Amino acid sequence: MSIWISEDSKILVQGITGSQGTFHATRMVEYGTDIVGGVTPGKDGQVVDLPGRSVPVFDTMSEAISSTGADASVIYVPARFAAPAIIEAADAFHELNDGGLIICITEGIPTLDMVRVLAHINQRPGVRMIGPNCPGIISPGDSGGCKVGIMPGHIHAKGRIGIISRSGTLTYEAVAQTMGVGEGQTTCVGIGGDPVSGTGFIDCLDAFESDPETKAVVIIGEIGGTSEEEAARWAKVNFSKPLVGFVAGATAPPGKRMGHAGAIISGGKGTAEEKFAAFEDAGIHIARDPSKIGEALLGALVEAGLRES
Amino acid sequence: MNIHEYQAKALFREAGVLVQDGVHCTSVDQALTAYDSLSSDVVAVKSQIHTGGRGKGNLYCPNSGDLIMEGGVKVAFSREEVEEYASNILGHRLVTKQTGPSGKMVNNLYVEAGCDITHEYYLALLIDREEDTVLIMASTEGGVDIEEVAENTPEAIHKTWMDPLHGPSDEQSGTLADSLGLTESARDSFVEMMRSLASMFVDRDCSMIEINPLVKTETGMMVALDAKVSFDDNASFRHPWRAELRDLSEESEIEVRAHEHGLSYVDLEGNIGCLVNGAGLAMATMDVIKLYGGEPANFLDIGGGADSESITAAFGIILEDPRLEGILVNIFGGIIRCDMVARSIIEASEEIGLKVPLVVRFSGTNHLEGRKVLEDSVLDVVTVGTLAEAGEAIVRVIGGTSS
Repeated sequence: MSIWISEDSKILVQGITGSQGTFHATRMVEYGTDIVGGVTPGKDGQVVDLPGRSVPVFDTMSEAISSTGADASVIYVPARFAAPAIIEAADAFHELNDGGLIICITEGIPTLDMVRVLAHINQRPGVRMIGPNCPGIISPGDSGGCKVGIMPGHIHAKGRIGIISRSGTLTYEAVAQTMGVGEGQTTCVGIGGDPVSGTGFIDCLDAFESDPETKAVVIIGEIGGTSEEEAARWAKVNFSKPLVGFVAGATAPPGKRMGHAGAIISGGKGTAEEKFAAFEDAGIHIARDPSKIGEALLGALVEAGLRES
Repeated sequence: MNIHEYQAKALFREAGVLVQDGVHCTSVDQALTAYDSLSSDVVAVKSQIHTGGRGKGNLYCPNSGDLIMEGGVKVAFSREEVEEYASNILGHRLVTKQTGPSGKMVNNLYVEAGCDITHEYYLALLIDREEDTVLIMASTEGGVDIEEVAENTPEAIHKTWMDPLHGPSDEQSGTLADSLGLTESARDSFVEMMRSLASMFVDRDCSMIEINPLVKTETGMMVALDAKVSFDDNASFRHPWRAELRDLSEESEIEVRAHEHGLSYVDLEGNIGCLVNGAGLAMATMDVIKLYGGEPANFLDIGGGADSESITAAFGIILEDPRLEGILVNIFGGIIRCDMVARSIIEASEEIGLKVPLVVRFSGTNHLEGRKVLEDSVLDVVTVGTLAEAGEAIVRVIGGTSS
């Protein structure tokens, strides 16, 4: 089991004929993802050759979903066109399937575009968006698995740990460290580094709580906003499995944007210290040292009786 | 992106938000001409830098470091006072609570007509990350630090959230006006101003508009006496007019240059240069350096699309720092291949001349190939496989302590 995606998920690629779209569609198919088609307005009828298969390109998401039976879409279109692409996907999934999963990889989307997009999606229950500005979501399988995004598939393996992160490469770091202590993953979700985004920590925790195969979860936060604090408060009451947390940016100066649009300490709020404190208060096992995330997980599993040592 | 008060007020005027007449000046002569033209006996002479707390800041001579004047915003009651204040402000460094001890050079001045004030309020529009929309925040306690108000008298702060698709309703603005105790023409004036501000926020893709103080005049009008506006950088592609408002002297030259190469760079105080792919991992790398007893000299994210050109540029930028005693490269290969990074490091080192110890940690895509490329080269480099080893190694090679 996994959350939101599985080896049976049928995935569309919005922006499939662009260089990013084609590159990552290829990597996803190599991993085992069932890419069933793509959308690029004006390129209906074209075919994109991927390893071992050729997939059709459609003008619209409605046509693509109707023809392929897709249940999820991944977006690689440039920032200025991303908001309309998300809205089109949300409408099509809502009307045709009563819901669906949208994963937006694109970085640099204007914040007010995302404000409008989220208001639109919130009126369409059943539609979930992950991102933007994120690496995507991956659920390793017995052989291959389902990878929807840009992460390197080969560092993952099927297991019992859930991972949630606001970062890209730091998520890979966490994956590598959990692998280092002999633990694979059920699902890893990159929720993205923007100030306004779709799926949050709590949505992920809620889903992992209901997933019987996920035995423990690692949360990778970073400075800025208060979503880690809110997740900690929620988890204290609602989450029963062992949790491990790290927050990047303990050494970041206030008032400076640290790469991600959302990674900024402003008005004295959003510091790593506050987030670590909230984690500790909720009984989350914290790793203050990012090189000891694996160790912290091991400790949490042993304490919960899920491992001998 | 931030802009100056005088620029923000020009945008306010255009949007229909009431502001006093004022003139932007860059010399004492211009300030005097401005005073003559404003037909107001009392004027405010205001330092223009991108930071808050200007009124309570102090001006210092950039050469001697002597205190020139207390207060970066002055009320002048005569032509002579305008001359005195303008001379004390222009060409001097203004140090405020937010600038840090070195302060900021003031090259711009705003001379503004005085205003009859019956009460000062606070008003701000900003992105609320948790509610996913625009938060409108107002307070009866204007002209003071809003963070202090939030701390001491949180009941004095009133909040409402904007409908993301339709903006704030007049009813919503009216309720906010009521909670500020505004009645009659002042209430109407507030509601009208909210309409203008909300349109401006959306039309210009702002990330924040802050008015502190917003004042009620004797005639019951609501006037923006200060204006702080910042824009969402992600939306700059659809606002070409922003280029004219940008004041490069307010930005770190090195950060601007890094940005031109697609790099995200923030200068820090330490002596260990960092070059990392990904913002989260770059922050974590700084954290590790600190935990192992070192001090990072910078934050540097080379981004997902880095190539040998941008990596060479990144090396060049890091090496400019005279305090630098070592470099830590931390790459978790995903799209980016570690062997490509390795070749770029060798190229950049040859081109620039690397004189400080270098530690490289590769993981992910082609990490073994990358390590081999470095180990087979003439470069004096310590290669490691994990983040912990990286932190330990860089602190050791620069001769610092390591836990």
